[in-house]
Amino acid sequence: MSDPLNAAALLANFVIVPAIAYGSQLALGALGVTLIYGILRFSNFAHGDTMAFGTMITILFTWWFQSLGLSLGPLPTALLALPFGIAVCALFVLFCDRVVYRFHRAKRADPVIFVIASVGVMFVMNGLVRFIIGPDDQNFADGERFIIKAREFKQLTGLSEGISIKVSQSITVVTMIIVVAALFWFLNKTRTGKSMRAYSDNEDLALLSGINPDRVVAVTWILAAALATIAGTLYGLDKSFKPFTYFQLLLPIFASAIVGGLGNPIGAIAGGFVIAFSEITVTYAYKKFANYIVPGDWKADGLMQLLSTNYKFAVSFLILLMVLLFRPTGIFRGKSV
Amino acid sequence: MITSLRNIFYFAVMAGLIVLVGQMQSWNLALSILNLCLISSVMALGVNMQWGYAGLFNVGVMGFAALGGLMAMLVSMPPVQEAWTAAGGGAWVGMGIFLLTLIIAITLYRKLPKNGLRTAAIMLVVIAGYVLLRIYFDPTTKVIEKVNPAASGYLGGLGLPIILAWPLGGLLAGGVAWFVGKITLGLRSDYLAIATLGISEIIVAVLKHEDWMTRGVKNVTGLPRPVPYEVNLQNTQWFLDLCERLGTDPVTFSSIFVKLCYAGLFAVVLLLVLWLSERALRSPWGRMMRAIRDNEVSASAMGKDVTARHLQVFVLGSVVVGIAGAMLTTLDGQLTPSSYQPLRFTFLIWVMVIVGGSGNNWGAVLGGFVIWFFWIEAEPLGLWLMDVLTAGMADDSALRTHLLESAAHMRLITMGLILLLALRFNPRGLLPERTQQ
Repeated sequence: MSDPLNAAALLANFVIVPAIAYGSQLALGALGVTLIYGILRFSNFAHGDTMAFGTMITILFTWWFQSLGLSLGPLPTALLALPFGIAVCALFVLFCDRVVYRFHRAKRADPVIFVIASVGVMFVMNGLVRFIIGPDDQNFADGERFIIKAREFKQLTGLSEGISIKVSQSITVVTMIIVVAALFWFLNKTRTGKSMRAYSDNEDLALLSGINPDRVVAVTWILAAALATIAGTLYGLDKSFKPFTYFQLLLPIFASAIVGGLGNPIGAIAGGFVIAFSEITVTYAYKKFANYIVPGDWKADGLMQLLSTNYKFAVSFLILLMVLLFRPTGIFRGKSV
Repeated sequence: MITSLRNIFYFAVMAGLIVLVGQMQSWNLALSILNLCLISSVMALGVNMQWGYAGLFNVGVMGFAALGGLMAMLVSMPPVQEAWTAAGGGAWVGMGIFLLTLIIAITLYRKLPKNGLRTAAIMLVVIAGYVLLRIYFDPTTKVIEKVNPAASGYLGGLGLPIILAWPLGGLLAGGVAWFVGKITLGLRSDYLAIATLGISEIIVAVLKHEDWMTRGVKNVTGLPRPVPYEVNLQNTQWFLDLCERLGTDPVTFSSIFVKLCYAGLFAVVLLLVLWLSERALRSPWGRMMRAIRDNEVSASAMGKDVTARHLQVFVLGSVVVGIAGAMLTTLDGQLTPSSYQPLRFTFLIWVMVIVGGSGNNWGAVLGGFVIWFFWIEAEPLGLWLMDVLTAGMADDSALRTHLLESAAHMRLITMGLILLLALRFNPRGLLPERTQQ
């Protein structure tokens, strides 16, 4: 009788909980991409490596704090190091804007020139990260690992399948909610935020009304760096930090931003969850789930996995193609055609 | 006149550098550099068609080169008989399902009116084909991979001469480019960049994980060569006579001779592609492409189908990249999926085109030579630099070891900086595009 419940618990443990955490991370990353796109009007290929750079700085601070004996008790020390990571990353990104993008902006260069320049920045950042911290996996999570362990859940409910929730997953979701609320408050209620939206909607009109473009651009970069560092650190806490993985995250992040509609912050969040849920549901092996659901003695003979996890980024690619085919402006009508 | 003198000067300097390597280091090394320079130039010509003629930003050069490499392996390797006897039926069924899906999808595409319904129908067919393929072909792949996994464990290829793979590899790359371009061209320019990034990652993932086809990360080694083997040469009478007349050692000279043969083949392809590109660029078609690049709105007002021309040039450029990819795998003599790195195959080619001079075919060729030369010579230079910089530190200093170990990552930074600097200070490149009115 408890089979359907077991199946639901199984699905929650392996699909829903991880997808919510992953979706939050993607949403934060896509918000950064979409902000840059809205204000500066190009797809920033360096965003994945900005995430890696910010996370690397956070990790370095975390190690330093750990050696000093600082900690947040059950929470990971990385949260304490996060503001420092954001600050350094923002400074670095502003420096990149000063030496790379500002020149092309002054010349009003084609968007594709910006994209190429961002690829150049991407490689410089990627090289720096590998140079400083190395290309290998770094695990920097500390504190408690689980809020609720699978075993405890089983004892609590008497089911044979458990749901475990990691601390990093819940931190991800809570942080995402706080950051998104703060971002929307900033964009909608503050003077700077309003001027950013005005600049994004109509650049010439915004300039005519006396909005300082340099200030808008600088604030955009700082926000993007903050979002990238937060997203990267959360992803690193949840999984692990490896520079190459962050480069590969670029595709799902772009897909999230485009699926939601480039330049539209709400779309970026929705897109992040769409991509995360599709990626995890498509690559999950449903064998055990099917055995619970299907009555009688029938047993699934394969893994019942639609797509091997090796191809998980193919999912974002396919969703991206479908959106481009049917609704090129994205679900929430971004500004792109 | 002055521009042609400058061209000659640059190419003469480049030839001088390669000769210098031959004199200072070894002729073997100089010829290896030359061969890869030739291949890089062909690849750069392909990217130049896309970027230089049409302003299309392809971030997936790696994927198209990998398709060429895959074709080189599939065409040249002899079929693995045991695998075919063990799993031949399943393999044929799989191939049949694949082809049938492709044919139905193409028929639907051509017969149905152009609307969302058609796209949906094609998608359904493709999904159904995929599911059928998984159901019928998955057990077969396991059988294939079990056949002598240490030595083969894959189906092998067709056992045809590897030269055939060059045009075929180009065709395969062109086909995939058509598919990607059809969907993304006509939309924002960034979409093509993102989609090509995605498809190239997927292609390389397929090469790495579909063991029944490519042996995955176990690599396929010992591809048949289009040129003689050193060992055979050393036992051939005319070759020994030649060595005697030249007064050289047969062992060293045989490897130089083989590299010269490769260089000859690659040079033929390079000159052919270069000649065709130059002809195309100077034809009405080339003028139209430049007009579209410089002002899409007015070109379409003149009745040019911008999206169709973009698709055409995108496919052509990818074909050339695919040919170069097949040539590269031929030269390596092995298919190593893990060697396909975006830095080496996408980014480096871009730097070649932009530094050489986008829009100018000779510029792309020069860029291919210059950048590949420094890419190879940068490693000893970088190591030497790190060595000098850290010379003051103690030998067991942790910082010194870290810096020496990380010297390899300096390439990423250097190439990124070269691109950014070229984009800012010399966006027209070493040999700028010429426009004669």
